[in-house]
Amino acid sequence: MAEVERDPFTGRETTGHEWNGIKELDTPIPRGVLMFLIVTHIWAIAWWFFVPAWPLGTTYTKGLLGVDQHTTVEARVVEGQRQRAAWTSRLETEPYEAILADQTLMRTVRDTGRQLFGDNCAACHGRDGKGRANYPDLTDDDWIWGGTPEMIEQTMRVGVNSPHPDSRVGQMPAFGRDEMLDRDQVRNVAAYVYSLSHPDYASAQTSARIDAGREVFATTCAACHGENARGSAELGAPNLTDAYWIYGGDLDTIIATVHGGRQGHMPTWDERLSKAEIRTLALYVYDFRNGAR
Amino acid sequence: MLANLTSSERQNALVIAVAVAIAGAAMAIAGRADVMGVHGVIVMLFGGVVAWLVMGSLYAPEPAEDRSASYYDDPIKVGIALAMVWAVFGMFMGVWVAAQLAWPSLAFDAAWSSFGRLRPMHTSGVIFGFGGNALIATSFHVVQRTSRARLAGQVSPWFVLLGFNLFCVLAVSGYLLGVTQSKEYAEAEWYADLWLVIVWVTYFILYIATIARRKEPHIYVANWYFMAFILVVAILHIVNNLALPVSWGHAKSYTIWPGVQDAMVQWWYGHNAVAFFLTAGFLGMLYYYLPVRAQRPIFSYRLSILSFWGITFFYMWAGSHHLHYTALPHWVQTLGMTFSVMLLVPSWASAGNALLTLNGAWHRVRDDATLRFMMAAAVFYGLSTFEGSFMAIRPVNSLSHYTDWTVGHVHAGALGWVALITFGSFYTLVPSLWKRERMYSAALVEWHFWLAIAGTLIYVFAMWNSGIIQGLMWRTYTEEGALAYSFVDSLVAMYPYYIARAFGGLLFLIGALVGCYNIWMTVRAAPVAAARGSDVPAHPAAVPGE
Repeated sequence: MAEVERDPFTGRETTGHEWNGIKELDTPIPRGVLMFLIVTHIWAIAWWFFVPAWPLGTTYTKGLLGVDQHTTVEARVVEGQRQRAAWTSRLETEPYEAILADQTLMRTVRDTGRQLFGDNCAACHGRDGKGRANYPDLTDDDWIWGGTPEMIEQTMRVGVNSPHPDSRVGQMPAFGRDEMLDRDQVRNVAAYVYSLSHPDYASAQTSARIDAGREVFATTCAACHGENARGSAELGAPNLTDAYWIYGGDLDTIIATVHGGRQGHMPTWDERLSKAEIRTLALYVYDFRNGAR
Repeated sequence: MLANLTSSERQNALVIAVAVAIAGAAMAIAGRADVMGVHGVIVMLFGGVVAWLVMGSLYAPEPAEDRSASYYDDPIKVGIALAMVWAVFGMFMGVWVAAQLAWPSLAFDAAWSSFGRLRPMHTSGVIFGFGGNALIATSFHVVQRTSRARLAGQVSPWFVLLGFNLFCVLAVSGYLLGVTQSKEYAEAEWYADLWLVIVWVTYFILYIATIARRKEPHIYVANWYFMAFILVVAILHIVNNLALPVSWGHAKSYTIWPGVQDAMVQWWYGHNAVAFFLTAGFLGMLYYYLPVRAQRPIFSYRLSILSFWGITFFYMWAGSHHLHYTALPHWVQTLGMTFSVMLLVPSWASAGNALLTLNGAWHRVRDDATLRFMMAAAVFYGLSTFEGSFMAIRPVNSLSHYTDWTVGHVHAGALGWVALITFGSFYTLVPSLWKRERMYSAALVEWHFWLAIAGTLIYVFAMWNSGIIQGLMWRTYTEEGALAYSFVDSLVAMYPYYIARAFGGLLFLIGALVGCYNIWMTVRAAPVAAARGSDVPAHPAAVPGE
């Protein structure tokens, strides 16, 4: 048992305890520590008086300021809506031509649309709207379901192959897998489709295949894609004669598409975004082409 | 090491190991249709290997008669080694997940290596694997030396240490297989949780029983903290993990806590895991190894009392500050915030007590990297505990919540405080435990110190920057009242900071590897006859106390 000693460095006494050589000084708590302790406690107690703090059975102390996070956030939401109303009301009601003609309003559409697009659309279509493998490019002139602001709005509202009752339905059947076409027919029609966008593909070796494919196309594919294979925006059937492809325009991918079919999916944004937000995005997407040009 | 057990103790150890192996076999059979079966096999192998080791020397000669006159250091040595292994594993996982945030392709498009599975392997690896083993090892050391008594059990310390590591293995391997109950820092599923309860209660009883055998009239501060750590972690673990498994053969379980109460219980647990696992336990370390290394008395016994009771009382209330601006009622948030602020001075009192203890020993801090580790730890403890109280204030939290600022704050504590105090303690403890004059290389301790400091500072500054930028970007509105940035915009802005963070973590990992090498070489060196700063001998139990 150690005796109380005086530490030569600080001049303080020890407590007289010792554990494996460790001793303690009996230094009083510094005044500054006590002051700061009191200040933090006064601050805490003051908060208890001003805001909701202590439970009282089934209720709680409401606080002198009468604030509550629910009412605070509701007020903020209303305030935000009021601030935005100047342009959101116009976006909800005015026809697209009028909005497109108003450069000030279109600047708001571009600012707001960029953030909305980034948070809602960019995951599939890319931040620049250029899409990627299996997701359509929105910056080009090729539209499956139509590229006017009205058509884009409709596609956003109901989605494609979505649970929305009015959903756009675009089903490319699995002609090969479901045995509507045999192996040769699939290869032939793919060769024909490939030759539409690649005129130099036709040669002495391929012409028989392409001709056979043309016949298959006329009986099987033309119903949706049209006699001339230029597609139909009403049916959501893509144009097969141009350079734009969602799933890829090389011969192997076309064979895979004819064999296994395609059922792309675009969610419905009807419940998720407000009308003003959907129309902002429709214009923002429509406006991509101005940026591209 | 088994030679220090009597033959009846070895038999007990064998029975326990076989029982664990049988339990593992039962789990493997019941869970054969589920990932739980894999865990059953792991448990069975674990019990089997331990049983095989015990059987190897079951009939070895009896140990020397008066074991009670000596301290029981074997489990401590193994604990230190396990802590260092887990440190390297956990920190490597940390560097990997940090790199994934900068370069997502490092997930290699596989389920097992996705961020969501690797991140808990990092957190559990460093907190429980590294931190937990370090706490068990140092607490066994400190309680014996400051009580002048040998540990109250011979088999139970091994049960605690190995049992805890079995829990860690089940937790970490489970995440890899996709087993999780989705509670942060409590991801392990029900059977692992039940096992930890058994292990932890044994730990508590062992600790209390050793304290009860003490030959010192007073209980040293470090032991207050270790006891608070063990007791409160038991309570937190049991309450937060109350759950119903879907069947005895499935890993999946559902918590008994509904909705927002589940969130509240989870963060009451989560914040007190920081308080009692990562703070109280490591303060126990600080209060022993810092004065030993500095060769100075503790600055103020009275400050110790103020901070101990302040920390244990106020921390318990602070958890709800993790749920500001959520479905949690406003009044609960107010209590969490105000108690977090009242916690500040008691926390600072501990950091201040440590730094003021160094008065009269600052020349040692300059010359001795081991002591400097502990000094820096106290500084980072003070900084992060201030930051924590600050971030708990609701308006501040509205900026910091969900951002990298939180991640930076946690790592200021985890790297700067928890890891630095552990390394400082290990560099103090290893030479004395293995009876070496000093660490193998003082220069490598110095290297480790600067790697750790540089890594921590790079990490924390990167996360402060990225966190505040994120928070500001998320709340910036245009003149028209619409958000100015999309979430992806904020991610793009994070990119340079994510690279810096991964680099800081890499430096810290390299430091830990240097530490492993240094400890290994120290252990391999020849023991010296009389170790420096030798302990006061344990008091033989047969002799009545004075």
